[in-house]
Amino acid sequence: MEDPFQELLREFKDSKGSLIPLLQKTQELYGYLPIYAMEEISRTVGLSPAEVYGVATFYAQFSFQPKGRHTIKVCHGTACHVNGAEAIDTALKSELGVESGETTRDNLFTVENVACLGCCSLAPVVMVDQQVEGRLNWARLLKTIKRIQENEG
Amino acid sequence: MKVKEIVVGLGSCGIAAGAREVLEALQEGVRERELDIRVSATGCVGACHREPIIEVRTEEGSRRLYGEMTVKRARAFLDQGFQEDGGEAAKHRLAEDEPFFGKQLKLVLRNSGRIDPESIENYLAAGGYAALEKALTSMKPAEVVAEVKASGLRGRGGAGFPTGLKWSFAARAAGAKKYMICNADEGDPGAFMDRSLLEGDPHAVLEGMIIAAYAIGADEGYIYVRAEYPLAIARLERAIVAARERGFLGDSILGGSFSFQVHVKQGAGAFVCGEETALLASIEGKRGMPRLRPPFPAEKGLWRCPTNINNVETLANIPRIIVEGAAAFASLGTEKSKGTKVFALAGKVKRGGMVEVPMGTTLREVIFDIGGGIQDNREFKAVQLGGPSGGCLPAELLDTPVDYDSLTATGAIMGSGGMIVLDVTTCMVDVAKFFLSFTQSESCGKCTFCRLGTKRMLEILENISNGKGHMEDLDELEELALTIKRSSLCGLGQTAPNPVLTTLKYFRDEYEEHIRNHRCPAMQCKALIQYRIDPEICAGCTLCARFCPTQAASGEAREPHSIDPDLCIRCGICYEGCRFKAIEIVTGVPK
Repeated sequence: MEDPFQELLREFKDSKGSLIPLLQKTQELYGYLPIYAMEEISRTVGLSPAEVYGVATFYAQFSFQPKGRHTIKVCHGTACHVNGAEAIDTALKSELGVESGETTRDNLFTVENVACLGCCSLAPVVMVDQQVEGRLNWARLLKTIKRIQENEG
Repeated sequence: MKVKEIVVGLGSCGIAAGAREVLEALQEGVRERELDIRVSATGCVGACHREPIIEVRTEEGSRRLYGEMTVKRARAFLDQGFQEDGGEAAKHRLAEDEPFFGKQLKLVLRNSGRIDPESIENYLAAGGYAALEKALTSMKPAEVVAEVKASGLRGRGGAGFPTGLKWSFAARAAGAKKYMICNADEGDPGAFMDRSLLEGDPHAVLEGMIIAAYAIGADEGYIYVRAEYPLAIARLERAIVAARERGFLGDSILGGSFSFQVHVKQGAGAFVCGEETALLASIEGKRGMPRLRPPFPAEKGLWRCPTNINNVETLANIPRIIVEGAAAFASLGTEKSKGTKVFALAGKVKRGGMVEVPMGTTLREVIFDIGGGIQDNREFKAVQLGGPSGGCLPAELLDTPVDYDSLTATGAIMGSGGMIVLDVTTCMVDVAKFFLSFTQSESCGKCTFCRLGTKRMLEILENISNGKGHMEDLDELEELALTIKRSSLCGLGQTAPNPVLTTLKYFRDEYEEHIRNHRCPAMQCKALIQYRIDPEICAGCTLCARFCPTQAASGEAREPHSIDPDLCIRCGICYEGCRFKAIEIVTGVPK
């Protein structure tokens, strides 16, 4: 069976404006953009590694660091902001001992900021992996964290 | 009353509130009880404050909405047969004549929360694709453009440019290859109209887009949608496949000579890509940086071909204009703002959600009649319109009608439709800082004033909220703001100072209070507040100590607790959680 990354490269080789979708698919595959993948992508799309890197760093979606097993995205939309997102964010970072964008030392959690998840009527909102948790309070988020820690820690 | 069908609202908000579990419970419950009831899904019903929501349709043709659904309630409803009197159901009924629905006029949202967005049959049964058929079989492209021009429809993405005029530029532009683009890069924090529309009625957007492509002569198009909206993307892609199978999209549409191919492009998380030229750069696979206009995209757009770009809601308006005619559309609204506008109502309002009203409705009607006023009956302070490009309006301006020109005159903008209600617990300096830190980090960096000016403004705001501001700072903020507006290439920079300018204009006393007295009247600015426990009230329940992430709150069980101000990070978790209301916030005290 062919390496899925090579398959991706072939799929996007000759299509117009393919760089961003290719970066997105690569990140889907690895969870981040490894350096060797960036080099291969630059060869495939015919741009210098610097140009590819320039595009990738422009967009907030792309990450160059492997992520933890679970990602907690704290929504910082306007409605969340005025409904206590800051408090949850502060407590969360303090609890896990990381800043936004960082991963805990045990590799269990990555904490990220997100501009708006668009569930403003359920503010404050946090997304744990693919699950959006609305009308959140710290006690409930802490419970979720403890549950994951107990199961996998 | 014989229940025929139960429909569950499966928008992102509903799902986040547990709608999928409710749907599964209903399906399972109907199977177990061997009931003759169809259980299906729909998009966002709009009353997000009551999610998850179900609609019960009877043989007799009545429709009833119920909110706050849980798995347990779903089962109880099935057992009790939706008894109106006394049963569990009665307490959770959303009456259609409630002011939340009664004051609205759902035209763009007519199908959202009514039809199954994943079913083209449902859309067709609701009159879908009739507009496309009419346009393609009985109207020339120029007639379609003329009809949209006559309707007075203006772009719903924020700037309010007349849609028909925009189409006429692209239609007139020379070039064999033209592109039609749908801008679904809804980036304003606090706005979710486009997401909701794409999730609730994707075919309407698609139909509007195909008609637009026909009008301007485009044979290829892109829908540029935020990657943060996975459900919207999935439903859109499904809609595209279904439309293609039915001959509404692809080669030789409806058997005629017009062909149109459409692709979905996912944004990669850059707010500036909502700007037209940045969006085009992003589709081309480049950094999403705006460029100088002219040439406008209508002449030189995607890959230097003539390109027309419209927002999601704008396109969703098109089918109705074609079917019912320009005059019917123009009969609603004000002199210069026709039709309806969809708002995402959220913040400190009692009833939030997707709200659609005729242009010209006042802010007061939207916030107090539809929204029901402020949570916990606190005092209204301001309404934020237009996200980071917009502004905050005070109570004195609540009778402003929502139309492009009236809102622009206040210093705010119509924007894409985010409407966040703020109350006395919101600090206006903090709100200004919040938006500016957003635009500052989202500035692409091309224009010096946008890149550095927003940074300087943010530093000043941070000083003020840290109690280190000076009165001269306010003049400097204004000077920087006006210069940034004048010297920036694109809408991001040109509007970034608006939240600061409007809060300075309408809430200057609050800035002054921070500077002169080191007080944050809304008790939000961390450097200016302290949390204290009243030993007379504290019961020593230990809850605050257990939840405090920094062990600042401490004490013996059943003894009054205290908070160490040096350890306290002012997250407010203890304050929110205290069951005895023993914790108070003080401001203006020297450290």
